[in-house]
Amino acid sequence: MMDVSYWLPVIWAVILVAAISIYVILDGFDLGIGMLFALERDRGRRDVMINTIAPVWDGNETWMVLGGAVLYGVFPGAYATLLPAFYMPVVVMLLALIFRGVAFEFRILTRDTPRERLWEGGFMAGSAIAAFCQGVILGGVVQGIRVVDGAFAGGALDWLTPFSILCGVAVMCGYALLGATWLVWRTTGGLEAACRRWAGWLAIGLFMGIVAVRAWTPLLHAPYLRRWTDWPNIALVAPVPVLVVVLGIVLARSLRRGQTRVPFACALGWFGLCLSGLGITVWPYAVPPGLTLWDVSSPPSSQFFQLVGTAIMMPIILTYTIHSYRVFRGKVTQSDGYH
Amino acid sequence: MQTVHDPALLLARFQFAFTVGVHIIFPAFSIGLAAYLAVLEGLWLRTGRPVFLDLYRYWIKVFSIVFGMGVVSGLVMSYEFGTNWSVFSRKAGPITGVLLSYEVMTAFFLEAGFLGVMLFGMNRVGRGLHFAATCCVSVGTLISMTWILSSNSWMQTPRGYTIDPATGRFMPADWLAIIFNPSFPFRLVHMGLAAFLSVAFIVGATGAWHMLKARRRGQVASEPVRVMFSMAMWMAAIVAPIQIMAGDAHGLNTLKYQPAKIAAMEGDWVSEDHAPELLFGIPNMKTEHTDYAVRLPLAGSLILTHSVNGRVPGMKDFPRDQRPPSYVIFFTFRIMVALGMLMVAVGLWSLWLRHRGKLYETPLFHRVALCMAPAGFLALLCGWITTEVGRQPWTVYGLLRTSDSVAPNALSSMAVSMTAFVVVYVLVFGSGIGMLVRLLGHTPHTGEHGTSPDHAPDILAARSHPAVVDPTHGEGA
Repeated sequence: MMDVSYWLPVIWAVILVAAISIYVILDGFDLGIGMLFALERDRGRRDVMINTIAPVWDGNETWMVLGGAVLYGVFPGAYATLLPAFYMPVVVMLLALIFRGVAFEFRILTRDTPRERLWEGGFMAGSAIAAFCQGVILGGVVQGIRVVDGAFAGGALDWLTPFSILCGVAVMCGYALLGATWLVWRTTGGLEAACRRWAGWLAIGLFMGIVAVRAWTPLLHAPYLRRWTDWPNIALVAPVPVLVVVLGIVLARSLRRGQTRVPFACALGWFGLCLSGLGITVWPYAVPPGLTLWDVSSPPSSQFFQLVGTAIMMPIILTYTIHSYRVFRGKVTQSDGYH
Repeated sequence: MQTVHDPALLLARFQFAFTVGVHIIFPAFSIGLAAYLAVLEGLWLRTGRPVFLDLYRYWIKVFSIVFGMGVVSGLVMSYEFGTNWSVFSRKAGPITGVLLSYEVMTAFFLEAGFLGVMLFGMNRVGRGLHFAATCCVSVGTLISMTWILSSNSWMQTPRGYTIDPATGRFMPADWLAIIFNPSFPFRLVHMGLAAFLSVAFIVGATGAWHMLKARRRGQVASEPVRVMFSMAMWMAAIVAPIQIMAGDAHGLNTLKYQPAKIAAMEGDWVSEDHAPELLFGIPNMKTEHTDYAVRLPLAGSLILTHSVNGRVPGMKDFPRDQRPPSYVIFFTFRIMVALGMLMVAVGLWSLWLRHRGKLYETPLFHRVALCMAPAGFLALLCGWITTEVGRQPWTVYGLLRTSDSVAPNALSSMAVSMTAFVVVYVLVFGSGIGMLVRLLGHTPHTGEHGTSPDHAPDILAARSHPAVVDPTHGEGA
């Protein structure tokens, strides 16, 4: 029994991190495209941008619902602590995602009316604000939450620090980079060329963001510093910064050489490295600095029952998600054939 | 933890009720409409009659908007348990959180995974596969309803748990007992039928509107209009009476497991045999009396126990601090029942007109059907308020009080977020409903878009998106 109650939370932590990573990557490029709307004024090109994600955005957002539900069912202690702690950024993010989500339909339904601008603006602002809030929440978790007796005991604005704002801006930059490189892959002509330019600048911005967050994190808590500097950890984690630099070089070259898929793959790689770096930093805490995974877990009977369902459903979900992407694969262009 | 009249608690409750009340409309709409779309596409594939494809194309535009609004308003719900009810989620999460996760994994991904194909993929996949996608979305909405009502019902009639003495957490002991708790089957049937009925009355009202419009112009209503009206009226005639029976069964179940809720719904204070039914009254929680009561002798016992001798509970059977607010649910319950009776009446009237061959030639009936457009959704909301407010003062019935479930949020944060929710919801969902009404104002035509069924274009893309996904550039990119 001791073993089960040790390992089940570990397995669930891996699944949860995987679900969050999938969400960040998939909805990351959706939200990035929303932000890039601000740089592209041409309506035809905007339609192309939106049509690359229209059939899949809903499935992408579902990973966020899964994240919330898994936290609620498997780590209720974390769910019940994190959400009150980040009450404001969470509510603002949800409201922003409402504007983003309805804009797909509403901007078409209000086309050529004065309200079209409202929903186009809502798509841009909603995407940008949601991305910023997600970064702020991520930074807020890393910097730690005041907990007494297993419950949130801080103030309503504890999350608001220069570090969390830095993380918010970095995530905005990262999502925009994902969106730009996704469009490099999925579009053609002038739009693709524009996205290559944007991607270059965004890559520089994100790189600076990663360096700043990386330099700042060890200063937040002493254990974070030890995690990265003690032997033998240092041998395991040392490749992470090196890989970040290598991927940056590959990304810059692929953008110049006109490669279509490599830039997006590099951006994904950066996100993978950042998320695993954060995982290494925070482990084994679910709510740093006080609550570990095991402190916030639901009983093994809950975690096991949910694991059975996940083991059955996840391969099925991945299969039809991939199928859905395949149905809509390929370059998206402004087609005249349907008018 | 906090007193019942704490303003932060009241705001947390009102905020949750407001957001879930707006949300519940859209999934209910999606449940009914997805099933309708699956039937339409199935009929089209089977009969080859273009009218069914016309109707499919007409209603799928509505579906895409409704579904989108359901997704974004539902995302809020999956985090609001934690933001507003953190103590509840810490204690009950091991049960309700797991049920919600099952909903996400078995329903939300299924819907989302096939929605893209359903909306945009008609000329990218074969007819059979497209129909399968429509069916998957429809089944997804039904699975979703099943899990969330299981979770909701567990809060009403909790079973299959133990309580950890150290932490006060609910520990799952028997998952089958948890999922199939005593009120779940009744609530599932009642809510499912409510969703179908709500959509039937929206579809019927749309048909009625276009028939009235055609009549004003001295024209005959188009075939799609007549077919949608006829289908909707069949649903009303068949499902509305079944719903009354399902509601009656649900009431008996509630009497057995939540008698205090029944007493408050009925405005009864003293338990008695041969109880009358109150047709009207104003329950007063302070004086423990229902003022201005209009009584129908023996009917209370007859309705609740199916016997004139049956004993019905009164609120005085329960301590003051365990009584739900009767002054709310007394009325919501009566509005729901009255609307249900009206729906049955419309269904019966349609049968009579159909029998006389006058279903399409009775403008008075069409006007009534038009007025009944919101009847299903209003009844659904009233029923939901009745069951949720009737659960008070508990979140987990008899075990965890609402006042002990609330999150430690500052009153100022709650006030700011409440304002933001109201402003955003009114703007976004108000606009969305306005757009839906305008969309339904367009008459569906025979052979819409002039495309043959064999070359059905991407439904939304061709109509409204100037650019579409182009398959020819697909390989090697």
